[in-house]
Amino acid sequence: MTTEDKLIIGGHEFHSRFILGSGKYSLRLIEAAVKDAGAEMITLAVRRANTKEHENILDYIPEGVTLLPNTSGARNAEEAVRIARLARELGCGNFVKVEIMRDTKYLLPDNAETIKATEILANEGFIVMPYMYPDLNVARDLVNAGAATIMPLASPIGSNKGLATRDFIQILINEIDLPVIVDAGIGRPSQACEAMEMGAAAIMANTALATAGDLTLMASAFRQAIEAGRKAYLSGLGRVLVRGASSSDPLTGFLHD
Amino acid sequence: MEKQMENQFFVDSEYLSPKALEKKHQLENDPSSRKNHMEYLPGMEQIESDVCKKVMSQMNSYDYSRYTAKDVKAALEHENCTIEDFKALLSPAAEPFLEQMAQKARLETGKHFGNTVYLFTPLYIANYCENYCVYCGFNCYNHINRMKLTMEQIEHEMKIIADSGMEEILILTGESHTMSDVHYIGEACKLARKYFRMVGLEIYPVNTEDYCYLHECGADYVTVFQETYDTEKYETLHLMGHKRVWPYRFDAQERALRGGMRGVAFSALLGLSDFRKDALASALHVYYLQRKYPQAEMSLSCPRLRPIINNDRINPLDVHEKQLCQIICAYRIFLPYVGITVSSRESASFRNGIVKIAATKVSAGVSTGIGDHESKYTGKESDGTEGDEQFEINDSRSFDKMYQDISKDGLQPVLNDYLYV
Repeated sequence: MTTEDKLIIGGHEFHSRFILGSGKYSLRLIEAAVKDAGAEMITLAVRRANTKEHENILDYIPEGVTLLPNTSGARNAEEAVRIARLARELGCGNFVKVEIMRDTKYLLPDNAETIKATEILANEGFIVMPYMYPDLNVARDLVNAGAATIMPLASPIGSNKGLATRDFIQILINEIDLPVIVDAGIGRPSQACEAMEMGAAAIMANTALATAGDLTLMASAFRQAIEAGRKAYLSGLGRVLVRGASSSDPLTGFLHD
Repeated sequence: MEKQMENQFFVDSEYLSPKALEKKHQLENDPSSRKNHMEYLPGMEQIESDVCKKVMSQMNSYDYSRYTAKDVKAALEHENCTIEDFKALLSPAAEPFLEQMAQKARLETGKHFGNTVYLFTPLYIANYCENYCVYCGFNCYNHINRMKLTMEQIEHEMKIIADSGMEEILILTGESHTMSDVHYIGEACKLARKYFRMVGLEIYPVNTEDYCYLHECGADYVTVFQETYDTEKYETLHLMGHKRVWPYRFDAQERALRGGMRGVAFSALLGLSDFRKDALASALHVYYLQRKYPQAEMSLSCPRLRPIINNDRINPLDVHEKQLCQIICAYRIFLPYVGITVSSRESASFRNGIVKIAATKVSAGVSTGIGDHESKYTGKESDGTEGDEQFEINDSRSFDKMYQDISKDGLQPVLNDYLYV
């Protein structure tokens, strides 16, 4: 018996496991992400949408695609909460990706402030998707604070360096019952595939597509890689795969003789 | 090394009184008549900071003739650009590697900024000045039309600029504490918040509490040009007024950040002194301050000297476009995360080229005069009540033209990426 494999975040169902990150926007990128990578969710930097005319990103978002406003620009929990509320006022819905950085060089998330903001926003009815540095204790605190997913970074944002935090993300996948979405640093489809094989629920990427030579081709490569990784994960019965397939001839078979 | 030409800065206006002329000549010719440029004036806040010492010790020991092609190649290969690598990239030895530097710079820019280019425009609200800075069109001995806009006039200018589509504004004044005081600037910021998403300031340096006040009024970004980090040269160029005090100016960005500003911008005015040393110091000023205030946004400008009213011969000497390009590429490789602004002092062709490599912000629809946006934007005849310009610009493209030109090159013009929170 097969059941449809869906990604469920805060009660909302998604068929796609690719989420377009914010950062480097263009109309072409959004088109490719939706058409070729199959994205059903697109991150939107509220600060970039805070514009009067010309090419407002809000106008780019195709119908049926869920907006994920983020709080980039926030330096602490208080600012993140204000940006999230503004996003709701702008009509961006209840999803929010909490991003709090007080480091403009590496753009690493501030885990402590992220927990605070997550709690406040979850209590206000937001579906909170916190961007975090992969730390198990923090992930547990985020679960308790009401997060809808956990979004650990793979490597520094925009670096295309892949799964630099691989082992720590695996721990989160093993221990946290919420969807773990790998965010930031995924530079190649093969890295996305690897994260999916590990049991990640979805991949968020932007720079990897935005800086590709052929945007459309790269977008479809990501789609296939994510689907392949997901299938591999499912076929390996969850976590078993990453530790090696089980032997068809059990080593302890003699005990039943 | 070939002998550098010097700019002839001193111009005597026929409108100056004999007494004023006498004072001017004394300042120019008798160094002992000038105040100590390293000494704070009464009322100037002195903060504890080790940033200046770090920057200056690096700059003073920088001997760029020591670097070779080998050092430059190594710098280009390193994943992380160290201070030593940066010094090599700024040296004459790097000139033959300009194309490789540009390639690397472009990659770094793409990683951090994608293909975006931010647009902004300056708004000069007053050109009264109490300083005598010999290269500046606003200097107190230069005979120009002086003007200070009223709040109604400021709002009128802002409306015209906002109607053009611009969302980020940089408010500038001459350096007069009496004619354009902090309260006047604060009121202008409050007005600007009504029309623009982002309000920056480029005014005389003030104390922390004044930055705090201006931040509350709506400003969130402070630009201060150090002009030159060579203190001895600085002394011979800034002969009178508050600006003469070099260390107070140096610490301005740090006071602005302590006052709550989100970001700060830095620059040397290239062509005043040894440009390689000034470029090194500018970038290290950013580098050390970023380590101390990691949450702050930082950006670098790279202006070159331009002609002014009554002195059209002022030029950037040995800083040609090629050298400017080298500096900007080196900045980008050393500080991949900082914004780089290239102003309308540069030609359209240079700006078109450099935004594809490293610059992330350009001005458009620029006037460095006072109260002349209506005549410049709409062609409406001026009523003659305009204040003169600080310097001659080179690239006079309008907002629309700039927007189109950037888009045509496959880049994405961005009008705002900012929230005042």
